[in-house]
Amino acid sequence: MEKVEKEPLWTAKNKKLLTNPLGMDNPITVQVLGICSALAVTVKMKPAIVMAISVTVVVALSNLIIALMRKSIPGRIRIIVQLVVIATLVIMVDQFLKAFAFDVSKQLSVFVGLIITNCIIMGRLEAFAMANKPWPSFLDGIGNGAGYGLILIIVSFFREFLGSGSIMGYPVMEKLGVYKFGYEDNGMMILPPMALITVGLIIWVQRARNKSLIENK
Amino acid sequence: MNFLLKRMKKIEPLFEKGGRFEKLRSVYDGFATLLFVPDKVTSRGSHIRDHMDMKRTMTVVLIALMPALLFGSYNIGLQHTRAFGINEWTMMHMFWFGFLKLLPLIIVSYLVGLGIEFIAAQIRGHEINEGYLVTGMLIPLIMPIDVPLWMVAVSVAFAVIIGKEIFGGTGMNILNPALTARAFLFFSYPGWMTGDNVWIEGLVKGGGLDGFSGATPLALAKLDGFAQMPSAMEMFIGTIPGSVGETSTLAILIGAFVLILTGVGSWRIMLSMTLGALGMGLLLNATGGSGYTQIPAYYHLIMGGFAFGTVFMATDPVSAAQTNTGKYIYGALTGILVVIIRVFNPAYPEGTMLAILLMNVMAPLIDHFVVNANIRRRLKKIRTA
Repeated sequence: MEKVEKEPLWTAKNKKLLTNPLGMDNPITVQVLGICSALAVTVKMKPAIVMAISVTVVVALSNLIIALMRKSIPGRIRIIVQLVVIATLVIMVDQFLKAFAFDVSKQLSVFVGLIITNCIIMGRLEAFAMANKPWPSFLDGIGNGAGYGLILIIVSFFREFLGSGSIMGYPVMEKLGVYKFGYEDNGMMILPPMALITVGLIIWVQRARNKSLIENK
Repeated sequence: MNFLLKRMKKIEPLFEKGGRFEKLRSVYDGFATLLFVPDKVTSRGSHIRDHMDMKRTMTVVLIALMPALLFGSYNIGLQHTRAFGINEWTMMHMFWFGFLKLLPLIIVSYLVGLGIEFIAAQIRGHEINEGYLVTGMLIPLIMPIDVPLWMVAVSVAFAVIIGKEIFGGTGMNILNPALTARAFLFFSYPGWMTGDNVWIEGLVKGGGLDGFSGATPLALAKLDGFAQMPSAMEMFIGTIPGSVGETSTLAILIGAFVLILTGVGSWRIMLSMTLGALGMGLLLNATGGSGYTQIPAYYHLIMGGFAFGTVFMATDPVSAAQTNTGKYIYGALTGILVVIIRVFNPAYPEGTMLAILLMNVMAPLIDHFVVNANIRRRLKKIRTA
């Protein structure tokens, strides 16, 4: 066994692994990964939050497992090994949701299973876990899952608020009584194109605030 | 006039760099050039310029829109009297009734749209653009008369910001902004954009005659109600329910005449789009089947928004194809798509808006192939010579 050097758990570098994906290196708005599920599950906040947690769990654990095995995985079949790990975790998450949150699981339907194909997870495994130690890999997974979840929650907040007039299922607009003045919920907010536009607007705001993110032509 | 010119000159320094209202420079420029011919001359090099600048183009389109606007106002009154069984109104009464109902739509459209354009111009330090003058008039003309004003405001804001300013303002947009506004409204608040009641002022609130249906010819055709459809003459003249400016093919033709005569609108697009729709209609007639496919092909030209879309929307110089060959292809495909969507789509009775928006997206692709084909053809000539 090689000698592992001791390293404190919360170095500045490790903290960055957690916080970077929330802003400067966000998987959705900067790396533009995982868009499809961001469009599909953000009609209401509740499924979006469950989806965010599920993805975070899967990224973090698969990152951890692959990082543990990284030295014994033959390079040529690494994708298959990664897929087996992800698939196992996704099925566990799926079964867990079916057992304890059946309603949400039904709303998310096929998209829980499709976490397997979520580009963020494969991307993190290839780009990070294959070359890093378990602890930083785990943090990286949590960070990226949270970055993904943050955008999901922001998008779903606007889509649910403007599209269904509620927040987390609570009928805000009805309680405010705006329907009496002729207000109506925006039907387009519920349709997928509006999720794309909302993500686009978030990207716009982020790049307007942070010029270093703007690509050179 | 002299007095006005003096006033404008007097306050000009305030808007110069370092002046008190430096930030509002483009607002000043916008108003000054609207009132007077600018005295700026080209300082370096020579520029070949057409006398048709954007302001003049836009003015011509506005003039071309007038017949549709005036007839639309009259038709609002006419449809109202029919729905509520009013017999004693004169033509002028109907016109003023309709015009006063339409006016708030126009005001809201201009206020919101121009407001956003002004703000965007200030932020970017651009000149204020005349592009919205036409869009702002088109939007009320393609709305049902009973649509709530705040919905118009929201859709105008969406169209100007997402449809235009994001891409860099007038001249850079991919989609026609007026149709973007309508599409947004159509998908956001379908209850106000479809159905049998929204096309006639006051009918949503109820109180119409018993058994009166405000269904548009398109909706009737969709539901196989061919017997109740108005006559071809009525649809041509435009005394039918529908969006404000779209009903009268005759009034729109007058506008088309103005546009073609002044060279502002592309006759290539109008012609090919009409032929495309007519051809597709004839093809459907010939291939048999029953119901919708069997209505006379020329009905497609006078029903719904086809005429308005062909003359004022598809010809938008920004979002249409730019090359001459491309214009033929773009127009023909739009016409064909209109009929296909109308006849075969189960959900939407009208296909003009969606067809034009779809072809707007395709227009750069069409141009790309036309330009490349031209390059290949000429390269061949060089090689053989």
